[in-house]
Amino acid sequence: MPVNDLVTLLGLAQPQVSKHLRVLREVDLVRVRDEGRQRMYRLNSEPLKPIHDWLRRYEQMWDERFDLLEQVLDELKEEDDDNDD
Amino acid sequence: MTTTTSGTAKVTLPADNQILITREFNAPRHLVWKAYTTPDLVKRWWAGQRGNVTSAEIDLRVGGKWRYVMDAGAGFEVAFHGEFREIDAPSRLVNTEAYEGIPDPDGHAGLVTVTFTEKDGRTHLEMLCEYNDKVDRDAVIESGMEGGMQESMDQLEIVAVDLS
Repeated sequence: MPVNDLVTLLGLAQPQVSKHLRVLREVDLVRVRDEGRQRMYRLNSEPLKPIHDWLRRYEQMWDERFDLLEQVLDELKEEDDDNDD
Repeated sequence: MTTTTSGTAKVTLPADNQILITREFNAPRHLVWKAYTTPDLVKRWWAGQRGNVTSAEIDLRVGGKWRYVMDAGAGFEVAFHGEFREIDAPSRLVNTEAYEGIPDPDGHAGLVTVTFTEKDGRTHLEMLCEYNDKVDRDAVIESGMEGGMQESMDQLEIVAVDLS
């Protein structure tokens, strides 16, 4: 994606967008290649994967808890409906 | 017919010392509140798939204490406790949360703010956990991994026993 498109999408000024892009390039989250007179930027999500994996285990614990909580809620709803009758 | 929303908890890290957990439930919030704050009901969900809750004590008033204990197998106990700071049933609950498995649990306690929002009979739960710093926050996330490790080790043991 060219930088002008990013400027339009983000609604930020071009120097600001360029500054963000520079930081993101430094940590390899964004890669760039020259296409004619334009510089094309693309996302590289690979460095985020270890963070995602790290957080996923914790998220899984909450999934387990909340799935069980949902079962409890199904029962409570039935009781509630019975009381309404 | 009940629409379940299995496995849809979202965990994000809004700041270095924070964890934000969100989830939607297919139930009105007075029931979510009830399931969240009634000891006998907490016992049924708080351990997830990682063990059994052996004790859940809740003194639901400002300044009141709570304590949950889970038996994670092989004599491994996991206990958390804390104090209620704000109670606004059924929409908002603020409490501290300390893990008893580390030195000085209360010094590393988190502050947990849970909000329940109802829309069209469904409840959106938002749980913001705030810690002293990034180190404490990351330790909490790692402890979730520990639980996962425990499960993996159990699985490994089953396989090993099968092989022997």
